[in-house]
Amino acid sequence: MEMVNITIDGKKIQVPKGYSVLEAAKSANISIPTLCFLKDVNEIGACRMCVVEIQGARSLQAACVYPVSEGLVVRTQSPAIREARKVTLELILSNHDRNCLTCVRSRNCELQKLAEELNVKDIRFQGETHKKPLDNFSPSIVRDPNKCVLCRRCVSMCKNIQQVAVIDTVERGFDTIVSPVFNMSLNEVPCTMCGQCINVCPVGALREKDDTEKVWDALANEDLHVIAQTAPAVRVALGEEFGMPIGTRVTGKMVTALKLLGFDKVFDTDTAADLTIMEEGTELIQRIKNGGKLPLITSCSPGWIKFCEHFYPEFLDNLSTCKSPHEMFGAVLKSYYAEKMGIDPSKIFVVSIMPCTAKKFEAQRPELSSTGYPDVDVVLTTRELARMIREIGIDFKNLPDSQFDDPMGEASGAGVIFGATGGVMEAALRTVADILTGKDNKDIEYTEVRGTEGIKEAQIELGGLTLKAAVAHGLGNARKLLDRIKAGEADYHFVEIMACPGGCVNGGGQPIQPSEVRSWIDLKAERAKAIYEEDRTLPVRKSHENERVMKLYEEYFGEPGSHKAHELLHTHYTPRENYPEKG
Amino acid sequence: MSGGKCCCGHGNEMELKLQEIIEKYKGTRGGLIPVLHEVQELYGYLPLSVQKKISEGLGVPLSEVYGVVTFYTQFSLNPKGKYNIQVCLGTACYVKGANLILEKLQEKLGIHVGECTEDGLFSLQACRCVGACGLAPVMMINDDVYGRLKQDDIEGIIEKYRKQEAAKVI
Repeated sequence: MEMVNITIDGKKIQVPKGYSVLEAAKSANISIPTLCFLKDVNEIGACRMCVVEIQGARSLQAACVYPVSEGLVVRTQSPAIREARKVTLELILSNHDRNCLTCVRSRNCELQKLAEELNVKDIRFQGETHKKPLDNFSPSIVRDPNKCVLCRRCVSMCKNIQQVAVIDTVERGFDTIVSPVFNMSLNEVPCTMCGQCINVCPVGALREKDDTEKVWDALANEDLHVIAQTAPAVRVALGEEFGMPIGTRVTGKMVTALKLLGFDKVFDTDTAADLTIMEEGTELIQRIKNGGKLPLITSCSPGWIKFCEHFYPEFLDNLSTCKSPHEMFGAVLKSYYAEKMGIDPSKIFVVSIMPCTAKKFEAQRPELSSTGYPDVDVVLTTRELARMIREIGIDFKNLPDSQFDDPMGEASGAGVIFGATGGVMEAALRTVADILTGKDNKDIEYTEVRGTEGIKEAQIELGGLTLKAAVAHGLGNARKLLDRIKAGEADYHFVEIMACPGGCVNGGGQPIQPSEVRSWIDLKAERAKAIYEEDRTLPVRKSHENERVMKLYEEYFGEPGSHKAHELLHTHYTPRENYPEKG
Repeated sequence: MSGGKCCCGHGNEMELKLQEIIEKYKGTRGGLIPVLHEVQELYGYLPLSVQKKISEGLGVPLSEVYGVVTFYTQFSLNPKGKYNIQVCLGTACYVKGANLILEKLQEKLGIHVGECTEDGLFSLQACRCVGACGLAPVMMINDDVYGRLKQDDIEGIIEKYRKQEAAKVI
């Protein structure tokens, strides 16, 4: 790597050519304040918080976009810099809805932190302020333009990374806002509800639709049997909400907390993930044997499903008809479990704790109510669960561990790895390999489908069949992969697609880490590590060896793909028009 | 906002022209703005249906097309009247009271900036310098320039166009 010599604040350092001044300063442990910057997502030098003095330059320069060069001399502190940053920040604050006390991002807000760090005690500019209406029509995402600082991190995420592009900067000057077209709500445009915009927002301008009140009400209602089910990605991230290191597994504490909140039962969605693998694995084998539509594409990620319905309707027949695991679980709880426990299904209230905002939209789909009741009543994100835990004053860090409840709690390692990109593929391979080879294969870690590379491909020998598989995560990567399949440049038997980069561990409902963490630590990799760790600790690591699931087939469904299984565990998809014109 | 679909039979003709314009700039870097200019010339404004076609045709997200349309004051989301009034709000005109002229026009026409009168006769826009600062404050009605305006002049000017139209009908 070619290196250059530079001087920052009198320190002589060597850094790789191609570094920005901000990266160079970071490597010398010199901190420069930023607001719009988010590494690899938004590097546009728009907010001017990171201005520095470059020797020889006429004016202050934005460190996040200024490239280093041989002999560069940089100062990151001076009276002029201090004043420029402060004026900029005060100008941003002058048109900001400063109701910090009731803001969802209070104490986790990059703007609030800057104001504190730069010691802003008075805002010298008392100008006009925006009063724009709140966009809260989407079941998943709330947009509050009055809190927006126009950093454009959400725009870059939506347009460049996810390539959905439903929001952009609109109008100019003081009137500029980030918005969908023609003042539409996020609910009227082809938003996939993935929530990645929320995760990159430095302030409270984007947040999930808070459904905690509905859950408090259900918990207080003695007629209801209230069940919580938790997705695998929640347990490896929830701890971050309570100051624990990224990648800490808090499965046992999470279960204890849910019981303290008053849930009658706490189940593991991973059990249903095992069920999904039984159904989806069977579907894959049948499609291969019977010349069905290939590639089979996974259907666990509701952001991906909505994306497919809007932008790639020609692939709808490729989608697995399997409902996503938590929806399957909901249907099982309101049928099999209700019968077994002698509870009227109308009295069962299912709350899914998910790393996902798109699942809030998914739960409202009318087709996902095969028992006559919605499969799932409310979806809470990891963040909302943390809020409920804080609200009743639980000391989360010091909680003892508890186990998931019987009779639905037992899951395999295959169910756990659903939370990371490549996990559904690997879980399916573990089962399909055993079925096709008729053996109990011991080599079950398919590392070629793991990791954070955008598109992963693998060819796997399975009892005479060379299974061609591909995994994409992040909708921009999904687009790339689907375009290649469409153009005939690639063909596969089985494809896994997850809407969020990194899969569910980095879902739109997960704890929000600020730019200063996200820019330098690979969140998705750290959380995925914890997922694979949990997999390795479990005695059963293949879905078809999950006794609970096998019993479910024995007692209720008969066999995977049976009529009853289809009624309760499978669904269908519909093409959606983009930007329909009214009238 | 059906973008060219009307009973006069010109709808398809306009759609064909729209496609021609898109084809001309397809694959050209920075092609969006010239397309918007020519299409606005064609339709008089840029409604959702037309922006959708431009977005699909050029492979540019609709949100970006809309972002550009709303950024530049030359582009309009609303149909223009037969007589498009542009009031200069450039520095010289502003200092000479252009805002008072604009206020008077809004009052007289009963519309806001960016809107069109119900009879389709007048639309009102605020624009940047038209290059006639010596005549400030200035407005243009289509290609006619009116300078050294006072609030009291507005009534007469608007009536002149109204009478002109009334005469045509008779």
